[in-house]
Amino acid sequence: MSTDSSTSKETKNPTVDGSELIEFKDVTKRFGSNVVLDNLCFDVSSGKHVTLIGPSGSGKTTILRLLMTLVKPEEGTIKVAGEYLTHETKNGKLVPAGEKHSREVRKNIGMVFQQFNLFPNMKVLRNITEAPVHVLGLSGDEAEQRARELLELVGLTEHIDKYPSQLSGGQQQRVAIARALAMRPQVLLLDEVTSALDPELVAGVLDVLRDIAHTTDITMLCVTHEMNFARDISDDVLMFDAGRVIESGPPEKIFSDPEHERTREFLSAVL
Amino acid sequence: MQWDWSAVADFMPRFWDGVLLTLQALVLGSLIAFALGLVWALAQRSSLKIVSWPVTVVTEFIRNTPLLVQLFFLYFVLPEWNVTFSALVTGVIGLGLHYSTYTAEVYRAGIDGVPVGQWEACTALSLPRTRTWQSVILPQAIRRVVPALGNYVIAMLKDSPMIATIGALEMLGQARQFSAETFQPTEPITVIGIAFILIAYPASLLMRALERRLVH
Repeated sequence: MSTDSSTSKETKNPTVDGSELIEFKDVTKRFGSNVVLDNLCFDVSSGKHVTLIGPSGSGKTTILRLLMTLVKPEEGTIKVAGEYLTHETKNGKLVPAGEKHSREVRKNIGMVFQQFNLFPNMKVLRNITEAPVHVLGLSGDEAEQRARELLELVGLTEHIDKYPSQLSGGQQQRVAIARALAMRPQVLLLDEVTSALDPELVAGVLDVLRDIAHTTDITMLCVTHEMNFARDISDDVLMFDAGRVIESGPPEKIFSDPEHERTREFLSAVL
Repeated sequence: MQWDWSAVADFMPRFWDGVLLTLQALVLGSLIAFALGLVWALAQRSSLKIVSWPVTVVTEFIRNTPLLVQLFFLYFVLPEWNVTFSALVTGVIGLGLHYSTYTAEVYRAGIDGVPVGQWEACTALSLPRTRTWQSVILPQAIRRVVPALGNYVIAMLKDSPMIATIGALEMLGQARQFSAETFQPTEPITVIGIAFILIAYPASLLMRALERRLVH
């Protein structure tokens, strides 16, 4: 686990075999008899921005929730930065991970939710500093410094002393982005982050995310229905249908010249 | 029937003793009910069956037996095992314990009412379990149940005369003793009836003000 920083440097080079930042291997997830993910395999290299598209119910959000350990897979394994997320090795055997192990691996991952999920009982500043102070062990001053920098990044410096309920949806979502980034994660998961916003507020949030995508080397895994945004920031687009990746490739290819009939249908419906 | 102001005046010293005892029982009983109820609510959510199961049994038992029986048990049966408390202490424990089983349900509803997204955000930030409860879940849960907790304080006030039966002379106990000695029940009973309103009504106004303050 102490090799985190060295592996993350190595994984900047996507050609190094077996050093993918995120690895899904034969992952199956069912809810009751409903198979949401069906023997899914895919990798994401460090620093890449990957967008998951596809009809609702095709399993995109479930992938993010698996990575956040909000749901557990029935079969298969998930690795993050070379560490098993869903499992740990005990006495040479691979067993389902305990809470402590998951928490350690999860520290590499940040998530922004569709419904923001800011803490309504805390002001903006404390929303951002709570985890850096109590998880990473930063001092109050260090955490506040970090929060101020991030609020500047998302353009909300003047709202530092407000409660989330005093902000618009777009502003809340930008605070949520700052809150996730304050943990300095290697991976940022974006779960339909503009779907709950009024149309006029979407652009502000997407601009912030574009900025982050273009100026940092954070790895992004993004579920979105904003196809223009996906085209702008993605290195790779994965098209999902019925729990499987039916097509993947760079956005130019997927959006202008898709191979699969299902992809063409989907894109013509949303574009 | 004649209203006798001199009887009211004669009752006053004992009345104030009774008020003091009622308020003591109410405040201390509420504190026990608030604290213990939270302990029950958290224990019932424990994933350890050995914790959650006995707590469920005990709280169901207490909630479904009369307060009066519990007071008698605490005051007359416990001394058989050499556990003795004064009437007031017994009354406070009895009221607090009984009402803690109601407040436990209130807390439980409050905790269940915190949106699942709040838990998920805590997971996404890797907040430890205790921190999640302490800084995210409980502040939100308690905020939304303050009105319901306040209602139980007022209910407890109205149940407080029961402790007179074990000899803790709160307002009703003093009034009954006075009327038994003077054969003048009208004045003392009327006075304490008014006193109950004078305590309960401002208390409910206070609760409403608190509720307004807590709801953003």
